[in-house]
Parts: sequence; structure tokens; C-alpha cells
Amino acid sequence: MMESLYLLIPMSIVLVFFIGVLFWWSTRSGQFDDLEGPAHRILMDDDDTSDDDTPPAAR
Amino acid sequence: MSAPCFHCGLPVPADADYPVRYRQLQQHTCCAGCQAVAQTIIDAGLDDYYQHRTEGGRQAEALPAELLQQMQLYDNDELQKSFVHLESEQVREAALMLEGITCAACVWLNEQQLRRLPGVLTVDINYATHRARVRWDNDRLQLSAILEAIAAIGYRAHPYDASRQEALHQKERKQALNRLWVAGLSMMQVMMYAVPVYMAPDGEIEAQYLWLLHWASFVLTVPVVIYSAIPFYRATWRDLKTRRAGMDTPVTIGILTAFFASFWALINRIEHGIYFDSVSMFVFLLLGGRYLEGMARRKTGEATERLVKLLPAFAHRLDNWPASRDSSEVAAANLALGDLLLVKPGETIPADGIIRDGQSSIDESLLSGESLPVARRSGEEVVAGSVNSASPLVIEVNRIGQGTRLAGIVRLLDQALTEKPRLALLADRFASVFVAALLLVALATFAGWYWYEPARALWITVAVLVISCPCALSLATPAALTAATGHLAQLGVLTARGHALETLSKITDVVFDKTGTLTHGRMQLLQMQTFGALDNSAALALAAAMESGSEHPIARALLAANEAPLPALGDVVNTPGQGISARLQDTAWRLGRPEFISSRSPTIPADWPAAATCIALGHDDEIVALFAIGDQPRAEAAAVVQQLQRRGLTLHLLSGDAAPAVEHLAANLGLNHARAAATPEDKLDYVSRLQQQGRRVLMIGDGVNDAPVLARADVSLAMGGGTDVARASGDLILIHDELGRLPATLALAQRTMHIIRQNLWWAALYNLLALPLAIAGWITPWLASLGMALSSLLVVGNALRLIKRDK
Repeated sequence: MMESLYLLIPMSIVLVFFIGVLFWWSTRSGQFDDLEGPAHRILMDDDDTSDDDTPPAAR
Repeated sequence: MSAPCFHCGLPVPADADYPVRYRQLQQHTCCAGCQAVAQTIIDAGLDDYYQHRTEGGRQAEALPAELLQQMQLYDNDELQKSFVHLESEQVREAALMLEGITCAACVWLNEQQLRRLPGVLTVDINYATHRARVRWDNDRLQLSAILEAIAAIGYRAHPYDASRQEALHQKERKQALNRLWVAGLSMMQVMMYAVPVYMAPDGEIEAQYLWLLHWASFVLTVPVVIYSAIPFYRATWRDLKTRRAGMDTPVTIGILTAFFASFWALINRIEHGIYFDSVSMFVFLLLGGRYLEGMARRKTGEATERLVKLLPAFAHRLDNWPASRDSSEVAAANLALGDLLLVKPGETIPADGIIRDGQSSIDESLLSGESLPVARRSGEEVVAGSVNSASPLVIEVNRIGQGTRLAGIVRLLDQALTEKPRLALLADRFASVFVAALLLVALATFAGWYWYEPARALWITVAVLVISCPCALSLATPAALTAATGHLAQLGVLTARGHALETLSKITDVVFDKTGTLTHGRMQLLQMQTFGALDNSAALALAAAMESGSEHPIARALLAANEAPLPALGDVVNTPGQGISARLQDTAWRLGRPEFISSRSPTIPADWPAAATCIALGHDDEIVALFAIGDQPRAEAAAVVQQLQRRGLTLHLLSGDAAPAVEHLAANLGLNHARAAATPEDKLDYVSRLQQQGRRVLMIGDGVNDAPVLARADVSLAMGGGTDVARASGDLILIHDELGRLPATLALAQRTMHIIRQNLWWAALYNLLALPLAIAGWITPWLASLGMALSSLLVVGNALRLIKRDK
């Protein structure tokens, strides 16, 4: 029974590191740059009216 | 037909006929500009904007040809170098500062408008900063087309140089956030491992699992110690180099001793020496407080970059004046000494210079604080950043770039910021004593135990260091400051710099700026009187119609006061420095100084405010109406002044305005010390002299000319409605310009100091109780953690009393 700790504790560590990387990525990609705008933006009805010959945002 | 303009909400003139169709209804706009903008928005299918917006739009001016010509200049590769980032030869990226954004719907509107342009690759508008990042394909689209598209819907976009400075700030902010994440995650997980260890009675957890938990805690604490806590090490190192001990010194000692001692205990399997949970919790709480403080500071923006925006990007250069008045558009950055420039009415002067032709009134309020435009004629100097408000001028450039008056103010600002006197913060003073005492006690403990029982000496010393680890002490100040900052934000006061509250509780003098601070900072119609033919509203409507083409503050005051439809006029002629004449039906009306209308001086009613400007309206040597126009003190100013005086503070009035207006206001409000016509240097001098006399100065102001002195004062409060530069140099920002919040802010600052002092005493008391136990060797890790948690909770709880209770 208690042996499961040998699996669970390393797993929890890996999980924490994974979440850490996730946060690092989201900060890096600018998720926290504008904390107000998106809250308003979602209230707008049709959110994308861009015409079709505009190429998708390339990255 | 007096419904407000559909687009901008201003009254629609009677003779205006600019309809637009919006959802099957005929709507009216006030001018051709608004009509064009509304039509563009509706035609583009973006009419949702009108449904969602929460503020009216800006009144749109029809786009003059020069403006379009200026926008073309931005296509020049040479000019683009400074603000355009080349991804490849075709794909380019520019940062734009958007003017006219009032609500979230504006952001949406601009984004949609740009996305429709073929050739625009991505658009990203930041609502908080009003800045846009646009990437486009230069083969299919020119930058000018982007700027024009924004102008077509009534906004203005200025390309700006996203300078390295800003990139650096951005990086710092992201790093701070990352550090906080790491510490937070680690704290949560390490606590999970620690709680069972604390809860279970001794020996209940088998040794192998116990050590597994400890090792897991160690793995998760390492990132905190080597990454999250770096700011504390840096600050300590800086303090050490200057041989001081700041608040960060005991923090660093605490983190490092607790970590390395725990690590040592881990490898040597010493059971009573694991404190990893304390390390990560401690670091997280401190970083959290710092991050909040940093966020508030960033909200107030960067100073110098925005000052440059005061200057126009382009100038009209006259290449062979006086032979011809043909001008060409050049970038202001490329101006040379001796260039002759044409400055049209309503434009900002791009460089310091001497007037060679023409006379006009110049609005220098931004730079000097003088609220009324001053008359300038041929041969006199004008300064960059001031606004030509009456008629065209030809100026010869005599100072550019770093030599201008505006650049001088920027330098003054930088200098004042570095010379700002810093009160030794209470916690810092406490810290140096504390560190010394702590190290002495630890040393004595070690010596004592080494002599008595060498085997336990090391561990007891570590326990002493850890238990006195200044958790409560380091939290004492930030917790109180964070709580008070939250309370202040509810009051409408934003704290931009951490020391502000502490310094605020110690001030002895308050220095006010006049225009925009004690007064509203804009001209208003205070009183009017008519003689004979016209009634009040007809006279006002006529005067407003005559002034409707002018940018002069007096014109704006008349226009703002008028509610009736404007009559249509003919032959409008502006005589600079005198007034305006115009024809209504068959009468030649004149509006301006009383001398301009009639040779007889008018009888001014006795109860009129003395400092107000008197404007007369009349015809044929007969005055028909008189208007008193002036800047009015804020309604709450007098009450605030009284309350501050009751607190025993000495109040000063320091203004760039002319003497009569300043003296009048000082007398009215009961201010004893007033100084008029002060330049930014004078203001700086005045405050420095006060400081040399040992006074602690709170400066309150709003203008560019106040910025250096705001930076220099011990603590400063900037009006939220003031200029960006003033806000950036203020320690506190009054968001809604409510001067009445000042006494409450001071009271809160004093309460905060009181609580900080209490907290420091609590922390000291805790240490006094816990230290002897630790020295005696009675402290187990369990007890140490409990003690630390309790003392921290006590301190935080005490600080929470500063949070506003009601609502």
C-alpha cells in the first residue's frame, strides 16, 4: 500500500515541473500582457470579420 | 434638431445637415468629419460599435490634405528605421500609439478595421496601454494606408519607437511573474509534503517514507532558492557593497541558512533540521507583495518616452521663403538649425525658434503652467511643445533635439529623480539593528553550546537563525503597505512607489500647483451680463458661433457653455490679440477685449471674479454683452486647505501663472505662501530650499512643468487628469482628480505607520520569546514552524485592519 508513494511523489514532482513550464510558456507568449482587454472583447458579437484573402497569422 | 451628434455626442449646430443612416433610422452628426467617420464605420459593417461603446467618440475632423501628405512620409524607409521592425524585406512590424481610445469598443473597432485591409498580417491592440502592434506585407500595403484606415474611423495613430528601455521593462515584468509562479507552485507542493510530517506523531511515518517526503521537498525548493529568490540576493549584495544592511539582508540570511542547514540535515539524516517548507512560503509571500507594488507602478507609465510625443512628427518647411510660401513636409527629427518653418493655427510647434513673420497667441500651459495663451510677435521666441492657437507663424529654428526647452525639462526630471531624498525607511533602520543583534546572538549561542555540548552546538545555532528568521519582521511592513494600498485604491488614490505611504506620514509642508490642481485647469464661463437687445442665451450662442473656428481656451469655454443652436455667420475675421469680427444678417459684430468693441470702458459688475478675463460682445461701438471667463478653483479646494492647515501643515502655492491670478487664489483659499511666474527651475529651487531647512515636502501637481519638482519632492501626488509625464513622476496618483481625498489619504498614511510600528514590535516580541527557547535547545522543527506561522499570521491579521470595512 504505502509503496505507492514511491510512484506518487515523483509523479507529483513531475507534475509541478510540468505546470511550471506551462506557466513559463504562457507568460512568455504574452498571456499576461493585457489583463483587461480580453474581458471586454468577449462581449463583442461577431469577433472575426476579416476577409478571406488575408493570410492567417503566420508564426 | 438639437439632438446630440450621433458620433461624438456634441450638440449639432442648427444649420448643420450631415445625416447618416444607422439601422433604418436617419441620424444626425455635427460636422462633415463625424459624418464621414460614422459612414465609414457603418459601411464597413462595424456598426456594432455604436451598440457596445460606453463613451462617445471624439469629434472627428475632416482629414486635411497635409495630414494625408504627412502620412505618406511614413512610407519612407529611412524614416521607418527608427520604429519599424523588419522581419524580412516585405514583412514589417510597427508599434503604434492610438489616440482617441475611450472604451473597449474602440479597441474592437480598430482591430476589425485593420484586419480587413488586405496585406495586414496581424493586429494586436493592448487595451491597457492603448498601443497596437501591426504586422503587414509591404508589397501589398504601405504603412500610410494603415494610418489612413485608422484616421478614417476617427482615431489617430502615431508610430512610436518601442525603445530598448521598454523591452527591458517588459522582460523584467515577465521575469518577476515567472519567479512568483515558481515560488507559488513550490510553496503549495512542499506544504503538501510537510503537513503529514507535522501532523503524524513521532515514528508513525516509517523512516523511508519520511525521507522520501523530505527529498521531494528539497527537489521542489531548489528552484525557489536558485531562481525565485534572486532579487533578494541582488539587493543584499548591493547593500553589502555600500556597507549598509537593508530589509533584504536578514531575508537573504534567513533563506540561505534555512536552506543549507536543511540540506545538510537531509544528507546527514538529522531529523530535527528540515525547514524547506518555510523557505518557499517565505519567498512566495515576499515576492507576492513586491509584484503587486510593481504592477501599480507600471500602471502609471513611463515618463520620458511620452514627453517626446508632445512634439509633432512633422513640420512644414518653407524652402524659399520669403519668395514663396510653398512648404514641404519634413520629419521633425530631420530639422536643422536655421530652417524656416510654417506653423499653422492649432498646431504644436516642432522646435524652439524665433518668430520671423506673423503674430499669434501661443498656449504654453503645458510647459510653463501659465493658463492663458501669451501673445507673441515677430522677433520673439517660441518653444517646442507649445501650441499656436491663433494665426499662422513663420519661425526660424534655433534649437533642436536635446537643445530644446522640452528636452531641458526631461533632463531636469531625470536629475530630480536621482537626487530625490530618501527617508531611511523604518523597516530598513530596524533591519540593520536586527541583523547585528541576530548575528551576535547566534554567535554567542554557538560559542556557549560549543563549550557546553559541542555535538549539539551547530544544530541549536541553526534553530536560532531559523526561528528568528525574520518572517514576521519582513512581512510587517509589506503586509501593512499592501493592505493600505488596496484601501487607497478604493479611495481613488493609486500608490505608484512603495515608500510613498511611509513618507506621507512624516510630511511637514504641502506645495500645490495652481492650474489643474487647485483649479480645474480649464477656462469656464463664470458669469455673464447683457445690456439691451439680446438675452443671455442668444448672446452666448452668437459669441460661441463667432469663436467656433478657434482653438483658444476662451473660445472653448464659450462653446462649452453654449447650449443653443449656433447661428450661421459670414465674413469671420480673426485679429490676433484683439478679437473676432463677423457678420450676422446686416450687423457687423465684434467679440474680444472691451477696447476692441468700444472706446468707452465697460462697467464691470462688482461681484465678478477679479482674476477672470473679461470678453465683450457688441457692434458699432456699443457693448451688448460681457462674459467673465476664468479658471475656477475646484469646489473642494477650500475645504481641503482648511483641513490640511488644521493638521498643522504649512501650505504653499507654486505656480507658473502670472501674479494677479495666483495672489487672488492664495488669498481666497487662505494660503500664506504663494509664488507666481515660477519656471520649472524656480519650482525645483523652492522645494530644494524647503528640504534644506529640514522640511519634508509633499508636492501636488499635474503639468509637464511640475514633473521635475514632483520627482524631487519627498513624496508627490499627481492628478490623474494631468499629463502622462506628471503621472509618471508622481509617487501617488489621484485617479479621479478628487482633491477632497487628500486629508483621508494623509490620515490613512498615519494609521499605516502606526500599524507598521505595532507589527515591528510584535515581531520583535515574538523573537524575544522564541529566542531563549531556541538558545536553550528546546525548539523542535514542528514548534519552530508553528511559531513562525503564528507570528506571521498575527502580523498579517493586524495589517488587514487597514482594509476598508464597509461595503
